[in-house]
Amino acid sequence: MSEEHHRKTDRLARALGWGSLGLGVIQLTAPNAVARLSGVDDSPWARITVPLVGVRELSHAAVLLGSRRPAPWAWTRVAGDALDLTVLGCSVANRTGWRRRRAAAVTAAVVGITAVDLYTAVCGSRRTGRRVTLRAAITVNRPREDVYWYWHDLENLPRFMAHLESVRATGDGRSHWKVKGPAGRSVEWDAVIIDDRPGELIAWHSVEGSAVGNSGSVRFTDAPGGRGTEVWVDLNYDPPVGMAGVAFAKLFGEDPEQQVRDDLRRFKQVMETGEVVRSEGSPEGIRAIRQVMQRPAQPVM
Amino acid sequence: MKANCWMGRGTVEVQEVPDPKILNSRDAIIRITSTAICGSDLHLYQGFIPTMKKGDILGHEFMGEVVEVGPQVSNLQPGDRVVVPFPIACGNCSACQHGQYSVCENSNPNAGIAEKLMGHSPAGIFGYSHMFGGYAGGQAEYARVPFADVGPLKIEDDLPDEKVLFLSDILPTGWMGAEMCDIKPGDIIAVWGAGPVGQFAVASAFLQGAERVIAIDRFPYRLKKAERAGAETLDYEEVDVLDALRDMTAGRGPDACIDAVGIEAHHPAPAIYAYDRAKQAARIETDRPFALREAIRACRNGGIVSVIGAYGGLVDKFPMGALMNRSLTVRGAQCHVQRYLRPLLDRIRNGSIDPSFVISHRMRLDEAPRGYEMFRNKEDECLKVVLTP
Repeated sequence: MSEEHHRKTDRLARALGWGSLGLGVIQLTAPNAVARLSGVDDSPWARITVPLVGVRELSHAAVLLGSRRPAPWAWTRVAGDALDLTVLGCSVANRTGWRRRRAAAVTAAVVGITAVDLYTAVCGSRRTGRRVTLRAAITVNRPREDVYWYWHDLENLPRFMAHLESVRATGDGRSHWKVKGPAGRSVEWDAVIIDDRPGELIAWHSVEGSAVGNSGSVRFTDAPGGRGTEVWVDLNYDPPVGMAGVAFAKLFGEDPEQQVRDDLRRFKQVMETGEVVRSEGSPEGIRAIRQVMQRPAQPVM
Repeated sequence: MKANCWMGRGTVEVQEVPDPKILNSRDAIIRITSTAICGSDLHLYQGFIPTMKKGDILGHEFMGEVVEVGPQVSNLQPGDRVVVPFPIACGNCSACQHGQYSVCENSNPNAGIAEKLMGHSPAGIFGYSHMFGGYAGGQAEYARVPFADVGPLKIEDDLPDEKVLFLSDILPTGWMGAEMCDIKPGDIIAVWGAGPVGQFAVASAFLQGAERVIAIDRFPYRLKKAERAGAETLDYEEVDVLDALRDMTAGRGPDACIDAVGIEAHHPAPAIYAYDRAKQAARIETDRPFALREAIRACRNGGIVSVIGAYGGLVDKFPMGALMNRSLTVRGAQCHVQRYLRPLLDRIRNGSIDPSFVISHRMRLDEAPRGYEMFRNKEDECLKVVLTP
């Protein structure tokens, strides 16, 4: 899907956010008018339900207007629509006369809005379906050759990459990678180095028929003014399909870019100080989960 | 071992916890002989610094005796007596090599958390929340000191703990606060806050050649102490500080202003105090910047505002117009302690400064909760509490 299309979807999502904001404000400030318009002013529950729906609309507005890429958040509106249609359906069934007609008209309108919400949400979610590209960089205060050679020994990578269980060089530029997967199972694949320029670049991709197609490169350049070496990492992988794909995507967690940055930070620690730095809050040094679930800062048993 | 732990806002408890172990090859384990409560510990105590966890051991001002070293530490041996700087610094990264130890690029394992709040991450600090690394602190019987080959300063036996303990933080912090003022002959320096750091900033400003130093606080016993060091004083509850400083400097304003207060400042006008206090309570801003605002407005055109009081996150109503239009320079830092250890130890040894004058209370580690309470409430003219395990 094109970038242009994504931008359009995001604009649509943002418009829905403004809609939620407007509707929410009306439901909170004039609940009785809303109840009359919907033909439910005869119900004692309407007095509570309408403002509650208003609060919910405001929360849709908050996520849709507060997000840089709002389109996937349209799912929250879809969920809200489902709830609204259920309630409205009951209202139509329990009423007669002009109230029934009004409730039916509002229901029809909500069906229309649901279609728009669903369209936005589906288009917005589809973008995760393309090949994922991650980029990160770090500056290491060591000569370029040293940094290159450390990385060149791929078996070093698990020392600073949180989710990587092992990398074994199998000769001829080939290597066998193992990643911790969900439920204690691991995912494995073979990769081959496709470009290797000493002191400058290492590039690899997974061999044909791997469980997860992935490729990457790391470039080494001199940082200006004697600041050491700039390390530029590019990673690409196919979107998760099946168990193996999900396990692979988990490699990079909820925030993949952050994960790669953290890995690179540990790489810098190893290069500059000799090892991954540990604190009592994250005594293993390398467990990714510790970024969100710290131990208390007191010694380990 | 026993350790003073943070147990939620306004609560600290001395608890039995496991003894520290070597986790990295450049670690040392120190048996603590003296440790102190810092003004910034009060910010943690009061819950104003985010990312604290129940059970965190507090304390970043401590010294003691080395009992164990990791395989990569060759400059220290068991039995050595050391003071430990509060910022944890590797000595290898480019920040450390430029002497900017408190922004060490490697010592914060939780740099990702700090980046979200501050853009980039500073160094790890002992006992100072998880966004500063999640390190256990030094208000305990023992502590693990990472990068022990870089930070700790060996102390000969003739100097008592009380004379050298404050090399760990507040003496170098006050010194650097004055140094950031670029003091030139004739300069008048104003210091907001006459707590321990403010006292050292006053003393340092004189040692660095200030013509006059003006200390600002609201506690007479603190102002009296600054007077004894040669400062003129202002009680901000009695006078309008801006007017008074204008008068005292013949209309120019102080050449440089030091904020040694930080995020829990007070204001004599109840309405203004309540405005920021309420926003802080509602977590709309994290820091109450009364002293900082006043320092910026008071400073002479083209002058320097040096910020060593601790800030945690965001401030509101920042006088940017004054800063930009009046050509002011604002500098701030967690002190690069490692840079100042030797020169300041020399000054202590030759008698040009004796930091022990700030100590008002000496307690056992067990009494830490009482110490925090007294220090927070400024009971019994409390200025600085030293704890011994």
